Amino acid sequence: MREWIAFWNILVKDMRAYYLKPPNISWGLIFPLAWTGMFFVKSGGEVSSVMSLLPGVVTLSILFGTTSMLAVTVTFEKRNRSFERLLLAPISLELLMLAKTSGAIAFGVANAFVPIVMGAFLADLSGVAWPSVVPAVVLIAVASAFLGLFIAVSVSEVFEAQTFSNFFRFPMIFLCGLFFPIEKLPTFLKPLSYMLPLTYGADILHGAFSGSSVLPPVADFGLLLLFCLLLFIVSLKNVRTRWIL
Amino acid sequence: MGIQESGRVRNEPSPGNSSVSGTAKGAEPPLIEVCGLAKSFGQVPAVVEVDFEVGEGELFGFLGPNGAGKTTIINMLTGLARPDAGSIRIAGIDCSLDPKAAQHLVGIVPDESNLYPELTGFDNLCFCGALYGMKKKAREARGRDLLKEFGLSEAAGRKFGGYSKGMKRRLTIAAGIIHEPRILFLDEPTTGIDVSGARQIRRVVSDLHGGGTTIFLTTHYIEEAERLCDRIAFIVSGRIIRTDTVERLIEPVLERHVMHIAFSRRVPELDEKLASAFPRIECCVQGEGLVRIEADEPVRVGPIVRFFEEQGVEVTEARRMRPSLEDVFVRITGIEAEAMRKEKEKMGGGV
Repeated sequence: MREWIAFWNILVKDMRAYYLKPPNISWGLIFPLAWTGMFFVKSGGEVSSVMSLLPGVVTLSILFGTTSMLAVTVTFEKRNRSFERLLLAPISLELLMLAKTSGAIAFGVANAFVPIVMGAFLADLSGVAWPSVVPAVVLIAVASAFLGLFIAVSVSEVFEAQTFSNFFRFPMIFLCGLFFPIEKLPTFLKPLSYMLPLTYGADILHGAFSGSSVLPPVADFGLLLLFCLLLFIVSLKNVRTRWIL
Repeated sequence: MGIQESGRVRNEPSPGNSSVSGTAKGAEPPLIEVCGLAKSFGQVPAVVEVDFEVGEGELFGFLGPNGAGKTTIINMLTGLARPDAGSIRIAGIDCSLDPKAAQHLVGIVPDESNLYPELTGFDNLCFCGALYGMKKKAREARGRDLLKEFGLSEAAGRKFGGYSKGMKRRLTIAAGIIHEPRILFLDEPTTGIDVSGARQIRRVVSDLHGGGTTIFLTTHYIEEAERLCDRIAFIVSGRIIRTDTVERLIEPVLERHVMHIAFSRRVPELDEKLASAFPRIECCVQGEGLVRIEADEPVRVGPIVRFFEEQGVEVTEARRMRPSLEDVFVRITGIEAEAMRKEKEKMGGGV
């Protein structure tokens, strides 16, 4: 019970101090809007293209929504030593890190629904397999948040967190099948695509929105979950070895 | 270059000399037991075979210069650093195996204020209470009480980032005790604080001690340690050189007679001249116009004044000094308190 009081308050503090600040909310809205608009215009403004664009835009909104803030805030708290306060609290490191990432996950999930709501005005979404979309959105948010955590605990300066985030994020836009099918990538890049978590998240969403997934949903969900576990375990290991000297 | 690296450390003990000459008070088992604690950063030993005990309700001080290993020891005791060797028991809990196990018993005030700049003073306290599992009503009530106690009620709604240094320090101490810990670790609590702020903090520490909280304090201010602590450990280069009560530490120098003589201008080779004129006194020139004189018997002022007059120098002041912990510290470690203060000020602290 005591640990959950700490968990909840870390989450609420992060939401209030970082995620629900007006600049971050506007970023959370503008970013998906801009991407949706850009690809919608590029596709010639055809309503039919919305269904093929949405999975990519949703995934991208989650990725940028979660990683941008989390990587920077954790690094910032580490720099000004307020993170030490959390490390000194009588809660397990696992729960502490879950609390730190929960705000980012919630923000990422909220971001995902901005393009979906926009899409609902442009196309008929009644055929979408929502039972797949909702868990996929949550799992993509978890994987992206843990990627942000992995970045945060691998660097020591805020500017490094930003640079390192982009090192992962921008290649993923092109390599994870968000907007360009993986089959059309050069052969030597395909293995790289399958080593990235968003590939599986985007594949579930493509299947849910337009029935065009490459892997069976069970495999996508399983692999995405595996990436989440892996990123979380590596991040915890990094905290234990790099931050607790 | 650190003080201990500049060759000013006298009597540096071998690892075998890192001894516990004092033990925790009372018959109760000690609240903190540290045995054979060691830590290195790469090839550099930061803490070497440290042993000590702290009893329930005791105010125990670590006194030493920068880089002596004080903060590293606190970090190991609180779970922020892993010992290379040795054992730590807090309230009977073996923290070497599970550093998290005793964290609910402990409050920590680090050497730098590390609360959240974007939160108000009140929200910072409530958040820190929540980290220890305090319920909303309890932490809010305790937060308000502490703000009042620390004279910060009027600043409760202001963001921590806008606080003055002294206010930040006081709120950081309040945050360290919001959950009413059995043990409070205070790392350099008055460093960088003005005189009145430091006095206020010392009063708070005394009150906490009076209330029964066990306090582990690190400082490089000798007077602070002397005034506040029940027992003190001298730590230099990661080794504890001596641990004892203030009274017992001072005992050997109480018999000594100390006098400070201030004079108008520099006298060449004053040490040698004084030594040959007064073979039974020890003297130490402490600046352009100040000499410290020590002897086993009362020092007579008249002959010394005459000696200076013969050198063509006027004595402006002669003051008998009460032997202090500083004398003991200097005698044991060879580190001048003034040098220690300057070192700290260079690092950005200083009262």
